[in-house]
Formats: sequence, structure tokens, C-alpha cells
Amino acid sequence: MSLPELNRDEIARYSRHLILDEVGMEGQRRLKGSSVLCIGTGGLGSPLLMYLAAAGVGRIGIVDFDVVDTSNLQRQVIHGTSTVGISKVQSAAKRIADINPHVQVDIFEEALTSDNAIRIFKPYDVVVDGTDNFPTRYLVNDACVILGKPNVYGSIFKFEGQASVFNYQGGPNYRDLYPEPPPPGLVPSCAEGGVLGILPGVIGCIQATETLKVLLGKGDTLSGRLLLYDAMAMSFQELKLRKDPKLAPITELIDYQQFCGMPANDHDQSLVATDEQFQRIDVLAARDRLGTGWKPYVLDVRGASEADIVRLEWADRLQPHSQVADIANELPRDRDILIHCKMGGRSAKACATLAELGFASERLFNLDGGIVGWAKEVDPTLPTY
Amino acid sequence: MTVSIRIPTPLRPYTDGESAVTVEGSTVGDALGSLTAVHAGLTKHLRDDKGGLRSFVNVYLSGEDIRFLDGEGTPLTEGAVLTIVPSIAGGSR
Repeated sequence: MSLPELNRDEIARYSRHLILDEVGMEGQRRLKGSSVLCIGTGGLGSPLLMYLAAAGVGRIGIVDFDVVDTSNLQRQVIHGTSTVGISKVQSAAKRIADINPHVQVDIFEEALTSDNAIRIFKPYDVVVDGTDNFPTRYLVNDACVILGKPNVYGSIFKFEGQASVFNYQGGPNYRDLYPEPPPPGLVPSCAEGGVLGILPGVIGCIQATETLKVLLGKGDTLSGRLLLYDAMAMSFQELKLRKDPKLAPITELIDYQQFCGMPANDHDQSLVATDEQFQRIDVLAARDRLGTGWKPYVLDVRGASEADIVRLEWADRLQPHSQVADIANELPRDRDILIHCKMGGRSAKACATLAELGFASERLFNLDGGIVGWAKEVDPTLPTY
Repeated sequence: MTVSIRIPTPLRPYTDGESAVTVEGSTVGDALGSLTAVHAGLTKHLRDDKGGLRSFVNVYLSGEDIRFLDGEGTPLTEGAVLTIVPSIAGGSR
């Protein structure tokens, strides 16, 4: 296949690449003739899309079904104050067009599923995983393996990040690293754990670098290596990654939400298929009961930093959900206990923990919707985060 | 053998916030046992119901996955560094 030519404007634009021997005219034309699909336009996708567009990748696909929210702007730098409330793919496409009008942008404003992944992935040379949840990560991996496409991986948590290149030139894939996801409840999501805003910038830029190297066929990629980054220690560590001979071949896409036991987004904090040993009460029902003399012991299981943002003044105790088992014998067993967190996910785990420790299921109440739900539906004077 | 175990951020709530824990052990399994003896809250994150290492938690000895060494029976030398790397999914939506 012949490579596309660069016009006069493009030659001026890419001049710092053109004078690099490792890119040069041929490499830049190769980038123009190449295509990348980015799953997610969040923290990882933001810097990645901007740099790949600036670098002159000819065709970029973006998949996301979310809408830009003010709380995204601390790290999702492709979006801005002016695009709050519009879809992320539209917001990102607008920014890319401004950075480099020579890029063709394909937008997929839909959730990635086992039904559409193969169709969406097929035209692209490289897929970049910038998602935020396990079901989609396994789906992206398996679709890349089936189609034989490289999968440029990045993942973050609080101050730590991971990056690698999967399924490249016969190298290992995500399942070689982690054959199975954690069971729901054992690993917190970003919405719960928080994230240093610059962290996805660092990891997203590493993914962008690896993507360009794969497209150019230059350098040593992270294939077969897992790079760990710790922003607090400012340290990088490299681990060896091998193909797992025990891994069953990946031949078809499955139901990934079922495989992971969790929904493919971190908005819905509910756990799938649980046999709950506690009660659930939504914010409006809780308000009504509290207004008619209900006096439960109220336990806030968020972290101290979150309580500094906003708290329910009538909460009796603040204790992070990971420590609930340790203080269980300090909680009353002869009273109802109402447990809340931000959205209702961690408090449900705390309820389950107490139920396991013998607290009566009819005494344990999870505040569904959490303090954010309370702020939205009961007391709009409270800030949300 | 005195060895150091690096604790990833998601598991630090169970080690009182410590990013590295120094323990005694002659094998990887020993060292992990010493770790969970001190920090019992880690056990359910590292071990499944049958006591095996969970499949979303990898342990590395000097950059090499213990699954490709002798697993938990891998012998340790004085001053060895073990790194626990759990699966994380965040992309910061």
C-alpha cells in the first residue's frame, strides 16, 4: 500500500518530526496513513488523543458514551469548561479538530459491547485501552486478540499507574498478566479512591508514545514488560511479562459484565447477583423515616478527605469502610445502623461486613445513593463531588 | 531472611498506610505468611478461599513473576524485594 503524501501545510506542521531520522518523511507519511482507536476519552484518553492528533495520526476513532462533567476537568484536559454538559466524544472531536484539522475523527457515541466491538475495532491499526472498568478491559483485550491488533494498555489508581503493550508481535496479552478480574467489592473504583489529576496525564502520554512506536515500527515497546509508575515516590519499575501457557485460547467474546460480576461503568455502584444480608433504603425514604422519629446510629464509611468536603451533620461516626471490621465491637447491636458513603457502594460493603460479623440483617441499613444522593434529592445546599 | 515487600496503593489501607513492609521468610510463601500475620486485613485480598494466591494479584521477585519461578516455594535471599501488583482498572472517567 502506498503511503499518503504530505501537503505543504503538513510539511510545515510536522517539521520537527521530519528532521528526526527515526520518523522522517517516510515515518510521517506512515503516521498519516495509520489509524488508532481510543476506548474512553477520560483521564488516559485526553492526553493521548491530543498528542496523537498533534503528531499527525491520520485517522482517530473515539469511543465513549459519557457526558463531560465539571468533576472531570481536574484531569481530563481534552475537555474544558465550555464543553461541560455535552458528550465527551463531541467535546474531544472539537478539540482534536482545533489541534490538527488534517486528522479524520470517527466518533462512536455508544458503550462498547461484545456485540459491537469487532465491528468498531476492525478498521484500526492499533487499539488503545483508556477505560475505567474491568469488564471493558477484558472485552478490549479479547477483541484485540481475536482480530490480531496491538492493545496499548494503561491503568491508574490514586498515585500509581501501569502501562504495557499487549498482543503485539506474538507478545503476551492482558489475560497473561491477570487471567481473571477481582471479585466485585475487593477493588475500589476511581470514583471511590480518588486520583491525582496529573497521573493519567503521565500514563496517557506513555500510551501515546508506545502507540506512535508501534505505528512507526521503531524502538523497543513495552511488549512483554509491565511498567509501574508511582507518582508519590516518583519511581518507575519494570516487571517481566510472559505468555501464560495455561491460558485457554481466546476465540470468542463473552458476557464481560457477568464474567467480572460488575457493570461496565463506575457510575452504577450496585453489585450484581448478591444475596444481601442487610436492608436498602433510598435517600427519600430515609428522609421520611428520619422525619417521623427513626433514630438509627449513623455511620459514615468514607475517608477523612471526603468528610472534609461535605458531611451529614447528624452522622455519629466516621470510619473508612476498610476499617469497619476493626471497630465493629464499638457499634451498637441493639439499634438500627444506617451506613452511608458517597454513592452507596462502599456502605453496602460495610453492611455486608457487619452482617458477616453477626449484626442482625434487619438492623443494617444501606443509604442507597449516599451523600451525593442526599445532596441532590434532599438537601441541595450541600456540595457534591 | 529479611526481605522487603512493596505494597501497592490499593492495599495500603490494610498495612496502616505503609508502602513497604519488612518481614522474615525463606520462601515467597513464608514472607507473605509473615506479612498477613502482621496485617491480617490483607489476607482476603491476597488469598482465595482455598488459601491460594488470588489470580488478580501478581507477586514479583526482582522483576520476575513468581508464577514463572517456583511460585510461593521460590527461595528468597537476604535483602530480596518482593512487589505485589494487583489488577487495577482505573482510567479516570
